[in-house]
Amino acid sequence: MPDQTVTSAPEASAASPSSPRAGARDRDPSARAERALRRRRLLTGRGAIMVWALLATLLVCALTVPRFASVQTTGFLLLDAIPILMIAMPMALVVITGEIDLSVASTAGLTSATMGVLWAAGWGIPEIFVVCVLIGVVCGALNGALVTTVGLPSLAVTIGTLALYRGLALVVIGDNAVANFPPGLTSFFTSKIGGTGIPTVMIGVVVVILFFGVLLHFSSFGRALPAIGFSKEAASFVGVHVGRAKFWMFVSTGVVSALVGIYWTLRYSSARSDNATGIELAVIAAVLLGGVSIFGGRGSIPGVVAGVLIISSISYALRLGGISDVVLNVVTGLLLVGSVVTPSLISVVREKTRARRAARAVLARSAEHA
Amino acid sequence: MTTSHALAPAPTSGRSPFASVLRQREVPVASALVVLVIVTTIANPLFVSPQGVKDLMLNATITVIMAVGLGTVIITNNIDLSVGSILGLVAFATGTVFAAAPDIPIVFVFLIGLAIGAVLGAVNGFLVTVARVPSLVITLGMLYIYRGLNNAWAGGQQYFAGDRPAAFGRLSVDTVLGIPIITVIAVVVVVLVAVFLARTRPGRDLYAVGSDEEAARLFGIAVSRRVVTAFVLNGTLTGLAGVLYASRFNSVGATTGTGLELDIVAAAVVGGIAIFGGSGSVVGAAIGAVLLTTITSSLTALGVDKFWQQAIVGVLILTAILVERIASIRKARRLRTSEATNA
Repeated sequence: MPDQTVTSAPEASAASPSSPRAGARDRDPSARAERALRRRRLLTGRGAIMVWALLATLLVCALTVPRFASVQTTGFLLLDAIPILMIAMPMALVVITGEIDLSVASTAGLTSATMGVLWAAGWGIPEIFVVCVLIGVVCGALNGALVTTVGLPSLAVTIGTLALYRGLALVVIGDNAVANFPPGLTSFFTSKIGGTGIPTVMIGVVVVILFFGVLLHFSSFGRALPAIGFSKEAASFVGVHVGRAKFWMFVSTGVVSALVGIYWTLRYSSARSDNATGIELAVIAAVLLGGVSIFGGRGSIPGVVAGVLIISSISYALRLGGISDVVLNVVTGLLLVGSVVTPSLISVVREKTRARRAARAVLARSAEHA
Repeated sequence: MTTSHALAPAPTSGRSPFASVLRQREVPVASALVVLVIVTTIANPLFVSPQGVKDLMLNATITVIMAVGLGTVIITNNIDLSVGSILGLVAFATGTVFAAAPDIPIVFVFLIGLAIGAVLGAVNGFLVTVARVPSLVITLGMLYIYRGLNNAWAGGQQYFAGDRPAAFGRLSVDTVLGIPIITVIAVVVVVLVAVFLARTRPGRDLYAVGSDEEAARLFGIAVSRRVVTAFVLNGTLTGLAGVLYASRFNSVGATTGTGLELDIVAAAVVGGIAIFGGSGSVVGAAIGAVLLTTITSSLTALGVDKFWQQAIVGVLILTAILVERIASIRKARRLRTSEATNA
């Protein structure tokens, strides 16, 4: 059952609106119309489209690629996807507020380097974990303070901290690599739940996904984030603490990146300064593919989860099919460009037709008057 | 026309020429570079030996050309993340051309490289303007697409210095008056692009587009065409850098230029080009590129642990944007007071 983890989300989203009998009992027409609208949006919104696309991808891969529909596939696919899946969650929220964080991979690298040094110095694992999370908090808080308190553009700030945090990782551990982590711990990080092929750490990942999903879609704090992305002025006018919200979003990317640093170190049982190098752009590609607007103001967690899993499924299927996974770059790029260009082109065309129709209507009316 | 006047740097009338020189945007980064060189030289006089200086110039050349190209794009409030992939494609193309036609005149190789770069840049510019989607997204996608094409084309193949005519390799060894030939090319590029931006109508328009696209459009500037111009210029210069890369470095293959994009953005930002467009100069970007590449050699010459290098680069970038921010706040305040006194 390779699709088990991923099918559960769309089924859940499809199940709630597919109970029209409950709605029919309601006699209030406006409420019914609203519910119909919400149902339509739940099934055809950008996030939902990504979930359908993920299902289609999995179906096509399972049918056409030999050995894709297997327990091993589930395990390897998810183990590879976890770093990007994790960081994509807070990153989605940061982008929804109209900012960006390019320093995430460097934060993970700094965490990994620190883990190695502390472990080599004889620290205990619990203390090391605490220090790692604190590093994430500090890295995120520095980004957040520079963006919100000092008012610098996040793109430039996080390019700076990308270099700074990676540099600090080099300062901490240099050219060394620490590999002698306790085998029990490292094998836990690659272990699977029973015979399902689902990695045990996926439980933690699901907690992270649920946390950010609930935060964005079901909390008043999260509902304010798209408003910040739409218009900072308007949001602060209606009482949203724009700066504070953005600050905490940067702290959350820092913390999750630190967790990914821990995961990366123990999964490959190697602490190096260049761990997780370059995944920031992959994370952002996945977030944008998942339907988050780079302008801010729009996006959903289910869409982003689907976006990440689509990329990793196609990547894994290509590898299984014997196609070099370097070619996958093209697929990622085409998906990304296509997914943002197409809606834009459609809206341009629609706008043109509407303008033409309006012009024709005006002409017809003026002809009538004459 | 009034554009060039309206967009000229802060009014300098009533100040001494010396003060107006100090007010130039390039001053902070240029002084940082001078201080760095002086301090390093005091600690290690070999740093400014002819060979040392030649190495510094060679190391900076390719970054300088790319930072100038990307600078023009950033001035229009766009960004091109695909430059590393473009450089890789052009560098591999250069190797391929020499492998296929070893006797081809070197000029043609340059023209081919420039043309490939221009086409790839044009694709970026076209997608960005036609689809009305932020360039960050489009060029992030193109980064993957171009890199994938390079991977598919090159596979495991690599071209080495020995595969190329000796005359081509000598470009990055031979010197004119002590300056390496490829560095001369870079200096010419910087001057030409600086003049284009500061003294020509289309060049000035790039600043107008970057500071306020809507206003530029209302003013009658062909915004889309100007943005495409900037992307094509950037692609062309990246193509040039790609050819020079093939001349300078020992091997080119599928991964050449990977991860270069953020270094180039960093050089432009350190050089005082505002990330949200509208201000900065390519001379500044070029100095920024020299500064970032010189730090490596400086640290070695100073005997500092080389591991500190990247952290220092990070601090430099943060300092640069802080300086930029403070400068713009002061400028805004000055404009307000001058408006108040005029009223």
